[in-house]
Amino acid sequence: MTYSFYLTTGNRRLTNHWKELLFNRKPAAPEHRHRATDGHRPTLTTSGTRGPTMAELAAGSLPLGDPAFNYQDEELTERLKRLYPAVNEEETPLPRSWSPKDKYSYIGLSQNNLRVHYKGHGKNHKDAASVRATHPIPAACGIYYFEVKIVSKGRDGYMGIGLSAQGVNMNRLPGWDKHSYGYHGDDGHSFCSSGTGQPYGPTFTTGDVIGCCVNLINNTCFYTKNGISLGVAFTDLPPNLYPTVGLQTPGEIVDANFGQQPFVFDIDDYMSEWRAKIHGMIARFPIGERLGEWQAVLQNMVSSYLVHHGYCATATAFARATETLIQEDQTSIKNRQRIQKLVLAGRVGEAIEATQQLYPNLLEHNPNLLFMLKCRQFVEMVNGTDSEVRCLTIRSPKSQDSYPGSPSLSPRHGASNTHLQPGGESPTCSNGVTPPINYSESNSSDSTKPHSANSTQETSDSEMEIEAEHYTNGVVEGSSARIMNGTYKHEEILQPDDNSIGNGVTADEGCINGKQLCGGNQAATERMIQFGRELQGLNEQLCREYGKNATHKKMLQDAFSLLAYSDPWNCPVGQQLEPTQRETLCSALNSAILESQNLPKQPPLMLALGQATDPGPG
Amino acid sequence: MACLLEAPLRISVLSEVTATSRHYVDRLFDPDPQKVLQGVIDMKNAVIGNNKQKANLIVLGAVPRLLYLLQQSSSSLELRTECSVVLGSLAMGTENNIKSLVDCHIIPALLQGLLCPDLIFIEACLRCLRTVFISPVTPVQLLYTDPTVIPHLMSLLSRSQRTQEYITQIFSHCCKTPEHQTVLFNHGAIQNIAPLLISPSYKVRMQALKCFSVLAYENTQVSMTLVNVLVDGELLSQVFVRMMQRDQPIEMQLTAAKCLTYMCRAGAIKTDDSCIVLKTLPCLVRMCSKEHLLEERVEGAETLAYLMEPDVELQRIASTTDHLVAMLADYFKYPSSVSAITDIKRLDHDLKHAHELRQAAFKLYASLGSNDEDIRKKITETENMMDRIVSGLSESSIKVRLAAVRCLHSLSRSVQQLRTSFHDHAVWKPLMKLLQNAPDEVLVMASSTLCNLLLEFSPSKEPILESGVIELLCSLTQSDSPALRVNGIWALMNMAFQADQKVKVEIVRCLGTEQLFRLLSDPDTNVLMKTLGLLRNLLSTRPHIDQIMSSHGKQIMQAVTLILEAEHSIEVKEQTLCILANIGDGNTAKDLIMTNDDMLQKIKYYMGHSNVKLQLAATFCISNLIWNEEDGKGSGSQGSQERQDKLREMGFVDILHKLTQAPDSSLSDRAKTAMQQYLA
Repeated sequence: MTYSFYLTTGNRRLTNHWKELLFNRKPAAPEHRHRATDGHRPTLTTSGTRGPTMAELAAGSLPLGDPAFNYQDEELTERLKRLYPAVNEEETPLPRSWSPKDKYSYIGLSQNNLRVHYKGHGKNHKDAASVRATHPIPAACGIYYFEVKIVSKGRDGYMGIGLSAQGVNMNRLPGWDKHSYGYHGDDGHSFCSSGTGQPYGPTFTTGDVIGCCVNLINNTCFYTKNGISLGVAFTDLPPNLYPTVGLQTPGEIVDANFGQQPFVFDIDDYMSEWRAKIHGMIARFPIGERLGEWQAVLQNMVSSYLVHHGYCATATAFARATETLIQEDQTSIKNRQRIQKLVLAGRVGEAIEATQQLYPNLLEHNPNLLFMLKCRQFVEMVNGTDSEVRCLTIRSPKSQDSYPGSPSLSPRHGASNTHLQPGGESPTCSNGVTPPINYSESNSSDSTKPHSANSTQETSDSEMEIEAEHYTNGVVEGSSARIMNGTYKHEEILQPDDNSIGNGVTADEGCINGKQLCGGNQAATERMIQFGRELQGLNEQLCREYGKNATHKKMLQDAFSLLAYSDPWNCPVGQQLEPTQRETLCSALNSAILESQNLPKQPPLMLALGQATDPGPG
Repeated sequence: MACLLEAPLRISVLSEVTATSRHYVDRLFDPDPQKVLQGVIDMKNAVIGNNKQKANLIVLGAVPRLLYLLQQSSSSLELRTECSVVLGSLAMGTENNIKSLVDCHIIPALLQGLLCPDLIFIEACLRCLRTVFISPVTPVQLLYTDPTVIPHLMSLLSRSQRTQEYITQIFSHCCKTPEHQTVLFNHGAIQNIAPLLISPSYKVRMQALKCFSVLAYENTQVSMTLVNVLVDGELLSQVFVRMMQRDQPIEMQLTAAKCLTYMCRAGAIKTDDSCIVLKTLPCLVRMCSKEHLLEERVEGAETLAYLMEPDVELQRIASTTDHLVAMLADYFKYPSSVSAITDIKRLDHDLKHAHELRQAAFKLYASLGSNDEDIRKKITETENMMDRIVSGLSESSIKVRLAAVRCLHSLSRSVQQLRTSFHDHAVWKPLMKLLQNAPDEVLVMASSTLCNLLLEFSPSKEPILESGVIELLCSLTQSDSPALRVNGIWALMNMAFQADQKVKVEIVRCLGTEQLFRLLSDPDTNVLMKTLGLLRNLLSTRPHIDQIMSSHGKQIMQAVTLILEAEHSIEVKEQTLCILANIGDGNTAKDLIMTNDDMLQKIKYYMGHSNVKLQLAATFCISNLIWNEEDGKGSGSQGSQERQDKLREMGFVDILHKLTQAPDSSLSDRAKTAMQQYLA
């Protein structure tokens, strides 16, 4: 999950890192977070003074107590610190050697896991073997560089040097697969996630030193041969790539230099150029007439944020206090909010209707969005939440008995534990910002009144409560009653005459094991099947008009797959049914509406926050 | 009014002269020195940034008066300083202003002023001199007319940062010839300017650097001295390397790279030195990239072309650096289609540099491809490359045409390209057109390229022959330029290789025996060698030998005798003996040798020569003479018997016998084959 988060946000985070690099200031102390993906380095979660050998310990390969080695290691640490001052190795360790675990069996490692040799048969490309470094390249490097010396070209010199993401098949040379990139010695071609290479540079062989530089500022990569830059090889690189080498014929041996030795290529010079470039960019950045209007800018940022998320009353109060104007009129804010509420409650059908009514043509112009909404509607039908199904379920006393809980409640929801992965999961901050303020606020406000739903307590700003729904769920994990509280709160607001509240509170067991398709109602199921056909039809129509769309296909497949399992909530695609999944869609719809009104689709405050947040953890 | 202006200009300007301008000039003549000073100061304020006012004042004769005041020792220092400031301001105007100032002898007056001890005044004079000297209309020679000037300027270098900046700027603009370089060098330019490279002022550092680049250009003496200079304990080359760092201003990187390039080309730095391979070359390649100004890209490409011209290893490295070959293709995209519509200013800028960019790219391609076959292939495979060269050959700009033909020449050294892309794009057509009416520079390159296109495996050879090239080439052999003579005769030589009888006859007819023999006594060895080569190619296959020898035998034998008797290199003699061997291969032509005892004695002499090559060629000739006829003609076999007998009588058999024991295997083999003819 963290991975996909990086995918969308790598760029800006890097800029931040770069700024830090630039001003040589130490990154602000990061707030401590647990990270699910840091599995292979559990020891590093404890902060505190850390010796230079920490990473090696984690890598589990280096002998300690050898004084010569310790000296070399200190030198390495020094060099890495100088090259990548913005990297906090406690959070994101730098690659220091090849991983003895993350390699194909035909690869042998020696010399402190820096030397790689081939030990397979080397008959054909099926015998190719790769090894990744112990850690991915931290985004905070800005510019990252490593070198590989060809000790021996072996029989045929089929050597590939490059980068790959975690999980890419190691029985291959770098560059042959998706998220894998390589420069090959036998033909000098570059391989960009493809079995066929592009003419790139000269061939390389025994004695040559090949360098690989990843520029995380513009997401490109270039290679060097014996200290000479060969020019850009790859663009649009994904984040979190690992240095990788691959060999294919017997006798091939290469040595890596992750900073243990001085590099042949003058990487400092290259870095200094970028530093100067960015310095210049900042120095020349036009401020113009906005100079000195900082207060207005700040107020505008706050106000636009409130408006964006539809905190109508707060926004009005803020505008009154600061004597500013709100960019969007009240009805428009309320409309947007109503639609958002509907989506978050899983009543997508109504949301679509409302959107079409309030913003005609919006969905017609956004067929992708409409399709996403309809897909979600289908999922919610399965869930039993969508109003079309829901109205049927509620009238059925049978279903009410068997499934007294709100159909929208997923027992897995509480366990999904959104709180633990704020960066990865929080959908409204698709710009990659760590949890926005409103979430934590609502969390705390909810936890202070955990029984508010039972008492049907009205809050002054109900909108906020709705927004907070999922977080409420997330926070009070383990207590399904409380989860329901959270959910019911909004059920209640939306449908105050729904009298099933009481059931919900006591329906622990039913919630956990007893959910059924469309709330178990026959008519609802039929309606769902019919809707599924309509959806299929819509997909075909879109294909005809706009050509095939792999994302749509996947979405549809996933949604329909739910029907294949007897218990959709506990199946491999069951994750779709979680209410958190609504949030992405909700913010996409909100952004689309805002864009149609010529308002920014992302609040400037979030952008600024993203740029200012400590980039250390991911 | 001492200043000379072009008549029409004077009239138009005069008509606009206002009373105020006149008033400023009048005040310079006030008897009260204080009022004169105030007048000059007011004038200074009036002319700043006002070209019209400047022109007016010049027309009204302010310059001679200002110069007079400046030179008068009775004038106060303040007045003299203000005068030079005003003059400097006038010089900042148009080129016509500069011309007027120079015509009024401003330069000697200001140089004289430098002798004054006052620093402020000196700086004002230097600033004005600088402005005058950096203008293209000022003759640089004026700096060198008085031999005391340069040493005095050197001594002023220590006075202040301003004097340093102005003086180095003057030097870098006025050092245009090897003589200038020598004058500056002899007056200690290197020692005096080197410390300025670490001046705290960027301007001083930059101007000092420029000075070194003009001083070192094609100057071994300067370059050799530069490598040993230490600046603050650091070698000069290292200082230059530091100035090439990527975070330095582009102008500084580029100029430092030029300095090192010139030092390298002058032999002061080896081409495999890391400061060249890892620093200078990559820096220059970077300068060619799209992100830089057009001027910088032109300079970068030209300097890089110059740097690697003689060194194949540098060419190989450059060809793989940062996709240089592909990067250069962008040089041909100006003015871009976007600039035409969106921005007139940009279009104008692009147009101005389009020729420069193209010629720079051609030069760099030529340099890149001059040795390595793979690089040539890479170049010709670049998008539309051959089309670009073809259209470059007929461009209006001579510079582009020359560069394009250089590039073509470089690529024409590739057998593969001659066979493929050259033929596909019919490059011979524009090339022939270019040869019709071109300056010598272009002609040398074009004819040299033509030589390659006439090689026997070139498919272009046939169409070129049909286009009447022989006459053109024959006329080239009569040129005053040895390079053109060589190329002319070389092309004819290539053309005659394995050619039809018709072509050979045409060559001999067109060139004329007289010219042929004149070329055999050409002072240029290259010309002589190629002429012998032509003869050798003409004299191949028996019928051709006999036909040519029957009509020109006498002269050819004469020429051969002359060359063998004269002082010539081994190569020339070898080539000549080969011609004899070819003659000996003819049916009737043989007799020309057999009946010439003198010639046979010469052959005998060369068979016993200390040089194996000559022995081999002479043995070859004898072998041909004693060869048993196999074509079944009765008279032939009888003739061979006679010849064998005669040669035996002359002692050739003994020599051949001795040669069968020669340590050189090809020689002994040749002798053995010849001996077998006797046994047969």
